[in-house]
Amino acid sequence: MMEAVSVSGPEKTETEGNILVRVEGLRKWFPILGGVLQRTIGYVYAVEDATFNIKSAETFALVGESGSGKTTVGLMLAKLEPPTAGKIFFRAKDVSKLSSSETKWYRKKVQMVFQDPYASLNPRMLIKDTILEVMKVHKIGGSNNYDRAVELMTRVGLSEEHLYRYPHELSGGQRQRAVLARALCVEPEFIILDEPTASLDVSVQAQVLDLLKSLQNEFHYTYLLITHNLAVVRYISDRTVVMYRGMWVESSPTRELFGRAEHPYTQALLASVPIPEPRSTARELLRGEPPNPTERVKACPFTDRCPYVMPICSEKIPPVTQINESHQVRCWLTVKK
Amino acid sequence: MSNVLEIEDLKVEFHTYRGIVKALNGVSLTVEKGEVLGLAGETGSGKSVTGLAIQRLLPGNAVIAGGKIMFDGKDLLKLKEEEMNKIRGKEVTAVFQDPHTYLNPVFRMRDQFRDILLINDREIASIKDKREREKAVDDRIIQMLTEVQMPAPERVAKMFPHELSGGMKQRMMLAMAFSLRPKLIIADEPTTALDVTIQAQVLELMKSLQRKYDTSVILITHDLGVIAETCRKIAVMYAGRVIEMGNIDSVYSKPLHPYTQGLMRALPRADKDLKVEGIGGSVPDLVELPPGCPFHPRCPRAMEVCRKVNPKTLHIDGRVVECHLYDEEIEGRVA
Repeated sequence: MMEAVSVSGPEKTETEGNILVRVEGLRKWFPILGGVLQRTIGYVYAVEDATFNIKSAETFALVGESGSGKTTVGLMLAKLEPPTAGKIFFRAKDVSKLSSSETKWYRKKVQMVFQDPYASLNPRMLIKDTILEVMKVHKIGGSNNYDRAVELMTRVGLSEEHLYRYPHELSGGQRQRAVLARALCVEPEFIILDEPTASLDVSVQAQVLDLLKSLQNEFHYTYLLITHNLAVVRYISDRTVVMYRGMWVESSPTRELFGRAEHPYTQALLASVPIPEPRSTARELLRGEPPNPTERVKACPFTDRCPYVMPICSEKIPPVTQINESHQVRCWLTVKK
Repeated sequence: MSNVLEIEDLKVEFHTYRGIVKALNGVSLTVEKGEVLGLAGETGSGKSVTGLAIQRLLPGNAVIAGGKIMFDGKDLLKLKEEEMNKIRGKEVTAVFQDPHTYLNPVFRMRDQFRDILLINDREIASIKDKREREKAVDDRIIQMLTEVQMPAPERVAKMFPHELSGGMKQRMMLAMAFSLRPKLIIADEPTTALDVTIQAQVLELMKSLQRKYDTSVILITHDLGVIAETCRKIAVMYAGRVIEMGNIDSVYSKPLHPYTQGLMRALPRADKDLKVEGIGGSVPDLVELPPGCPFHPRCPRAMEVCRKVNPKTLHIDGRVVECHLYDEEIEGRVA
């Protein structure tokens, strides 16, 4: 059932030493169960190929629309979902082959912050207990854990009094800060941020983004930012990979991506973002909707919507084209050039 | 130009166990015929409550504490329920954020659409012959679905809501909302749940239908980008008041109210590198509003008077702004 699909990724141009996370040909198929016997009657091909590497102390963004597979990639990186195929290396260690004590170490080093901070905090626990429990589970510190919790709260811009609040007594922005404090209490290296500001108002979103930036400057955390918000990507990420229907289509330093996107999908995505500045020129609109995730990707997944479609696009998955040493794209157009 | 809607000093309170939540504290705004007004604001600013109040769909614990909603020469707040029923869903229709919760999951799209037409469209409802009537219903549905550029309209009409994608559902909502040629459409975060490429399609579609039928639209959204792309006029709300309203060109290029200025600065941009700056603090508790201007605890330019006196509604160059900085009677102001 698992036929061989060529897995191709960006060339390794960086030295392994600088790379914290390396993802190779990651794939996730979710089985669809049906019938009386609940047998597998099909698959949701959520992720077909995610390949990228994340350097230490950088912010790496995974961008895509709903159904692009970006959150599933995040879950696999957090070891919350096992991959169907492909490999994840953390500090050059194969994550799928970790022993149980190494797994515990991994769970400490890798933390995740979700979109909805209210859903990720226990409503019946004080923020203090939530944070202390995590430290206890990971056997950190001991008698001075409370002082650590206070220090973490100040680090994320809250104060000691907020430790004695229940989640419902905090505002959205404060809750997201509390979730962040909990993630930081185990001294992680790698933090997966899944739409961290999507549920926040803009005035508060800016505060949280700046907090993330300043924490990174001070403590050199590595972030994986999963989002659909391109303005946020431009604001805080160093490098970006764009995903479409479970496949990575373009990978580039963020600055270059916004200046010179090569893939027609990336271009369309950038053109679709509403700009808060009145303008008279009409936007180029992308037709159609993303394809059905219960069908395998056999050619370029963007074929149906691409304004520059060619016959070859519906025949084969495009190979990787190296635009320059740090910019890769998967599109037949760039192959032709 | 004539105004389709004029809201004057609208006050809405919610009675809760915590006390009286003052959701709207004197909202005044106008919508001209054929105009798209963007109603912007953060969570709790009262933008959705304003939309619901116009349709008289406020929940049971809400009390209208004052004000007028003049629609087409009538005060909607004084109408009897039967009279309101003739306006709601016909002259004023709505498009909501999450169409999944507003479409009935157990009926096919055609049947839901049919109900709307039979209840509200007198012309179709008055056809005596059953077969002819059903045909008129089908024709109108297909016509509307074609107008919203629904792919394969005949097939979609036979589908259940769960068979439609998010973008198709929102097209369906637009088809239903425009099918009765309403004078005013209230679109509450119509594209918030959609991906950006689909959002662009739906906004473009809404704009073209609105122009075609000369419909007035109130677009409620927290996204200032969406307003800039879609609207001609913007009203910015804060703590239940419209604190700035005007033509989008002037408001975006030179926001007057410190809150509007802060919002514009807080917005990261996809089209350029910009340093963003959040607004410190958080929105006031609507149970215990601070005295004076509700924004003063967060305002970087707050003066002594802001802590005590409510700002007046000022009219400056065709713009409405509520801020002491622009009030010539206030001494020591530096606008």
